[in-house]
Amino acid sequence: MAAAETSSIAGLLLVSVLILPVVGILAQLALGGRFLNWICLAVFPASFGVSAATCAVVWSHGEPLIYIVGGWQPPLGIALRADGISAAMMLVTAIIICAVAIFARVEFTQPSGAPEARAPFVFWALILALWSALNALFLGCDLFNLYVALELLTFAAVPLVCLKGGEATVKAALRYLLFALLGSMLYLMGTALLYGAYGTLDITLLAQRVHPERVTWIAAALMTVGLLTKTALFPLHLWLPPAHAGAPAAGSAVLSALVVKGSFFLIVRLWFDAMPGLGHTAGPQLLASLGAAAILFGSVMALRQQRLKLLVAYSTVAQIGYLFLMFPLAMAAEQSWTSLAWTGGWLQLFSHAFAKAAMFLAAGLIADALGHDRINDLGGAGRLRPLTFCTFGLAGLSLIGVPPSGGFVAKWLLLSASVAEGQWIWAAVIVVGGLLAGGYIFKVLGRAFTAGSDAPVIVTPVSLSREVVAFSLAVGAVLLGFFPLEPAEILQIGRPEILGSTVP
Amino acid sequence: MASVFDVTLVCLILAVGAWSTFARLTFSAIVIFIVYGLLLSLAWVRLAAVDVALTEAAIGSGVTGMLLLNAVARLRSTDAAPTPSRSSVNIAAGVFCTLITASLAGLVLVPPQVPVSLAPSVMESLGQSGLGNPVAGVLFVYRSLDTLLEKVVLVLALIAVWSLAPDGLWGGKPALRPFPQRDSVLIFLARTVPPIGIMVGIYMFWVGADEPGGAFQGGAVLAAMWILVMIAGLAAVPPTSSHALRLALIVGPVVFLAIGILGIFLTGTFLAYPEGYAKPLIIAIEATLTVSIGVTLAMHVVGPPEKEWRS
Amino acid sequence: MAIMNAITIFGLCAAALVGLGIFGLIVNPQPLRKILAINILGSGVFLMFGVIARRGAAAGLGGDPVPQAMVITGIVVAFSATALAVALLLRLVLVSGAATLEAEAEPSEKDGR
Repeated sequence: MAAAETSSIAGLLLVSVLILPVVGILAQLALGGRFLNWICLAVFPASFGVSAATCAVVWSHGEPLIYIVGGWQPPLGIALRADGISAAMMLVTAIIICAVAIFARVEFTQPSGAPEARAPFVFWALILALWSALNALFLGCDLFNLYVALELLTFAAVPLVCLKGGEATVKAALRYLLFALLGSMLYLMGTALLYGAYGTLDITLLAQRVHPERVTWIAAALMTVGLLTKTALFPLHLWLPPAHAGAPAAGSAVLSALVVKGSFFLIVRLWFDAMPGLGHTAGPQLLASLGAAAILFGSVMALRQQRLKLLVAYSTVAQIGYLFLMFPLAMAAEQSWTSLAWTGGWLQLFSHAFAKAAMFLAAGLIADALGHDRINDLGGAGRLRPLTFCTFGLAGLSLIGVPPSGGFVAKWLLLSASVAEGQWIWAAVIVVGGLLAGGYIFKVLGRAFTAGSDAPVIVTPVSLSREVVAFSLAVGAVLLGFFPLEPAEILQIGRPEILGSTVP
Repeated sequence: MASVFDVTLVCLILAVGAWSTFARLTFSAIVIFIVYGLLLSLAWVRLAAVDVALTEAAIGSGVTGMLLLNAVARLRSTDAAPTPSRSSVNIAAGVFCTLITASLAGLVLVPPQVPVSLAPSVMESLGQSGLGNPVAGVLFVYRSLDTLLEKVVLVLALIAVWSLAPDGLWGGKPALRPFPQRDSVLIFLARTVPPIGIMVGIYMFWVGADEPGGAFQGGAVLAAMWILVMIAGLAAVPPTSSHALRLALIVGPVVFLAIGILGIFLTGTFLAYPEGYAKPLIIAIEATLTVSIGVTLAMHVVGPPEKEWRS
Repeated sequence: MAIMNAITIFGLCAAALVGLGIFGLIVNPQPLRKILAINILGSGVFLMFGVIARRGAAAGLGGDPVPQAMVITGIVVAFSATALAVALLLRLVLVSGAATLEAEAEPSEKDGR
């Protein structure tokens, strides 16, 4: 194991990103609503700083940061490990959560002097728990520890869906929870089988011990299906649109941009790190086929929606599909992580996170301003809130894959990889998906910028600062477009160099 | 060879599990599920996992049973006869589930040549901590990060349950319907059982360091006693804004986290115990966790704040 | 090793309970029954950990304490999940008067802002 930073100051960064948000939640309960705003003011910048510092350390050293919790080495103990991809995920998560927090500040402020209010107290506790859970997922090395993190993520995400308490949102939340619990149980079953066969749940140790045998395949299948349920890959996406469309805008942004990526991250850990032998099965092609189906189905469904937030939610179903094209393309390469597809897949994840967060915030602002989010009745609203529709459009460019945008670079890398590997079918899907995305984005923009029969009126004014936050996220998605069109070194930090060749 | 007892137990578990799944009335399904949980605890004893057996009986069957019974009592009016799903769905689901069961059974029938186990390495270093119960060792020494995170899950899930309160009732009392009859058997039980139950709960936590038991099981027993007293109407349900309640909820996780952080300063490592002090520190963690777990479990059962029931 | 020793019997029981739980989850339309089914599925998964632990009996212990400890953690997490699901269901009945996940799944305009 390289760079075992068991007790260094740098290693403590990993512990801090896990426990700082938790300290915030405990402080909320201990001190009550009166101090809520102060707690947020302290915890959010601190967690952001620690996340950024972790990235800086990992990237500047060029090697992973490892922390052995309690001093007990795996397999007996639990390790935390930040490699290139976890550092990148932590940074993206920190930026988006903080941006969303600034956006939500007005809506979820505890009024001073008033008794503790429900929505602010719950919202901030859930966001903090989400943050801690995501960091635990990015840093976790132990499959059971990751299970606990997954459940923490689920219990933080589900109540966000029904924070407003309407009938449809409660129904969506319950359905989401049932799907998620089924997913966790399948994942846990696979964990049990792996422990029974190899006596460890540590990802690094597992990679050395797994054999291509029946128990490995069954465990991998159960765990992957379980995680796909939580990631909402077609055809397990049924719970996503009503859940993501029903939450308050700030919640939807976090759910779509980050929460589904948490379980996706774990799938990558399993397939590329714990069981690289899976690359030699039909698995990667199967995952990509589901991804392709998701792209086509999700985009067509998005085109057919009458409500803006549902359109954006179905767009998430489609964009998740692109992530899975990475599997056959990167696993076919000589060394997965130096391939174009590896970088392309991660860039798709990052740029979708920025673009979708921006788009959900913009959709929320539109719904707030107009009092509805019926696409057909948007006629001319673009002239009333130009900045918000501009945000929607910029984010849309990234989803379609128009340069300059992170989405363009991501899709271009994936496209190049499919051509280079001779897997033409994925190239075709990427192109068709882009056209369909163009269709649903311009459907909204077209409505917004052509005057309708009765001009829409602003029923609730929205603050410029919230518009600026959403716009900045969209700009973030565009800036990712200046990423060089080549495999990124930071995404290769801590990648095992020998595993690809020694394991079947 | 398997004993007659084990074979009978497994058959019973499967039969009762299937009965609970297919029972027509939800109320019966839940009562059967509680029995199912008790049978499972027996299976855990047969699998030489007494700690798990206690947890299963106390939480998996006991407190979960109370939660479900409370739910079904309130859902009674809406318990319509289930609309049968389409038989094509049933058949497809049946085939799918049989496949899963068959592939798992196939793995069970061909165990690995050399059984894997961390038991030797657990025992090797258990002496350093001064603990006698290896399961407590795993929970509080080797894999304490899991246990700490799980405490956060428990508290967060309670905030999630509370979040379902209507806006105006945030911080109010959960609507547990007290049992209306005075002088009933329930009241009698609620007066006599808790003193014994509390002793049992504390005993379970106390022996947990060296013998089967611990904070989870002890906390669950305390929770059950508190719920019994509240249902009997002998104690009021506290409002969720109560300062004392909230402190009781977090005292365990806070002490756990604080001792974990203390480890950084004293030993240089998060969640490591200074040499020679492991056992007293773990007992301090377990004592406060017993309180927190008991309170959290009970509050989970009584649910979010609601308008008070009027009969 | 005898194929049908006691541990194997419990292992088969775990496999059957996993199938039973998933079946109940799919075919039972009522949410409370689905919650019950997830608990049965969970108990099957936990029992599989127990079987693996028992097979790892060594060092004078009747079973490997690591998977046993994981089950204890798992039972507590599963309880939290059940409590949250039940609370959601009761809330659903309170706002809609019916305990069903069927029919209209799209959030109405009022909720969707």
